[in-house]
Amino acid sequence: MQTQTITQKLANPTFFMNLSAKILPWLSSFAAILIIYGLTLGFATPPDYQQGQTVKIMFIHVPAAWLSMMAYGLIAVSSFGLLVFRHPLADVSAKAAAPIGAVFTLIALVTGSLWGKPTWGTYWQWDARMTSVLILFFLYLGLMALRSSIEEESLASKLTAVLALTGIVILPVIKFSVNWWNTLHQPAGVLKGGLDPVFLKPLLFSAVGFSLLFFALHMKGMRNEIIRRRVKARQLKEVDRAARAHGVEA
Amino acid sequence: MIPDMGPHAAFIWMSYAIMTGVLAALIAWLILDGRKQSRLLAALEARSAKRSDK
Amino acid sequence: MMQSFLALVRRDLGLAVREGGAVGTALGFYLIVVTMLPLGLGPDLKQLGRIAPGMLWIALLLAALLSLARIFESDDEDGSLDVLATGSLPLEAVAAAKSLAHWISTGIPLTLLAPLLGLLLNLDLDAYLPLVATMLVGTPAISFLGAVGAALTLKARRGGLLIALLVLPLFIPTLIFGISAVTSIMLDTGGSRAAFLILSAISLGSLVIGPIASAAALRLQLQ
Repeated sequence: MQTQTITQKLANPTFFMNLSAKILPWLSSFAAILIIYGLTLGFATPPDYQQGQTVKIMFIHVPAAWLSMMAYGLIAVSSFGLLVFRHPLADVSAKAAAPIGAVFTLIALVTGSLWGKPTWGTYWQWDARMTSVLILFFLYLGLMALRSSIEEESLASKLTAVLALTGIVILPVIKFSVNWWNTLHQPAGVLKGGLDPVFLKPLLFSAVGFSLLFFALHMKGMRNEIIRRRVKARQLKEVDRAARAHGVEA
Repeated sequence: MIPDMGPHAAFIWMSYAIMTGVLAALIAWLILDGRKQSRLLAALEARSAKRSDK
Repeated sequence: MMQSFLALVRRDLGLAVREGGAVGTALGFYLIVVTMLPLGLGPDLKQLGRIAPGMLWIALLLAALLSLARIFESDDEDGSLDVLATGSLPLEAVAAAKSLAHWISTGIPLTLLAPLLGLLLNLDLDAYLPLVATMLVGTPAISFLGAVGAALTLKARRGGLLIALLVLPLFIPTLIFGISAVTSIMLDTGGSRAAFLILSAISLGSLVIGPIASAAALRLQLQ
């Protein structure tokens, strides 16, 4: 008797479609509830003694930054699954995750910038974290640009996977180098220090909520992509059939 | 009553507004794209069903 | 295998020399960009001197970027790449040989031009030797990692611009440590030895990662 692992079962697109159809409404609802609860709690917190009310931006900035990195990790894992295990849904996962990751990265950058203006006085601050997120944004753009520049889908998926894996290997080096660079050019004085526990609870709820939202969006993106590929396959079959009907070699 | 967000309130509201706007756009795109693909698929499946009926 | 490897390096170098224009273009570009800096920033020598290491490194990166596409392109065009891929030399070694040839034919000349351009930017006297040293050590990373970008965009449309987008983030560690090693000597702030060692480590790492990724990308497109 054969038992299948979950990834093996998920190799069947139809299984994935059925499962995700059931899960998605729950996932989205939980995400929405947690986000609303977390942010409402967040708005009820008192002003921070250093940053005043602008600390409230943290409740969306930190989850966005965390998700921007997690999304890239997901793309790397999916790319690995494609190249090494040839998992049928690996590329769908990678392709769906890229624009969502890029969006969260953008949100992290914008909210970070808006947080920085009242806190440090400038819209942009070349601190280690923001700089790393900016570079991460370029990595996402690169992935999407590469994929769109190659017409043949199977080739595009594999080359993008190679790029993603090269990126994930270099990413720690980039972070390390940016940290180094930052400590050279930024003498102390950056607001750091422990987080007052009153802020921790809303942050946690918000972070979990946004993570669930990410997975819901990713799942939806995968569903769309699976349908898109079915459409393409059928369109190709139609063209093929029509060409043959007219005695032309497709 | 909206709580007083201090002297930098504009930045806070803008952050939340931009986040909401961007996410709403993303969700809208995903939903609309999904509907469009499903419609296309349904149309194609209807066509092939008709063909096999002939 | 070593003989085939060296033969390939020599062949690519020969081609680069004969096709002298490409290397010349990169050098010319380097010169022009560095010339535009004072035009854009003002002729204040003190200011120029301060930013010279950074500018010289960045302009070198951009000049090297111009020539990356050619690493695999000309061989792909006439089918030699397919022959190389099916030959006795593993594709990783082919990629490494071509990256090495690129470094020798482009990276090194750019590095040698840098001190002259340093004169234009009033580079601090203490910084000349560190500059050349860091560039010699850092430019291999540019060639070997740049080759990955070239391999990925081999069959892509708009390949040239795309390479820049893909590959510049990969250059950032080399850039940071290369400049850091020079400026810490210039400003006498210490830490230059550490930066230099890390720079070397990154280049050594690229000698491994680059060919592996390049070969993987090439293999997918040469079937």
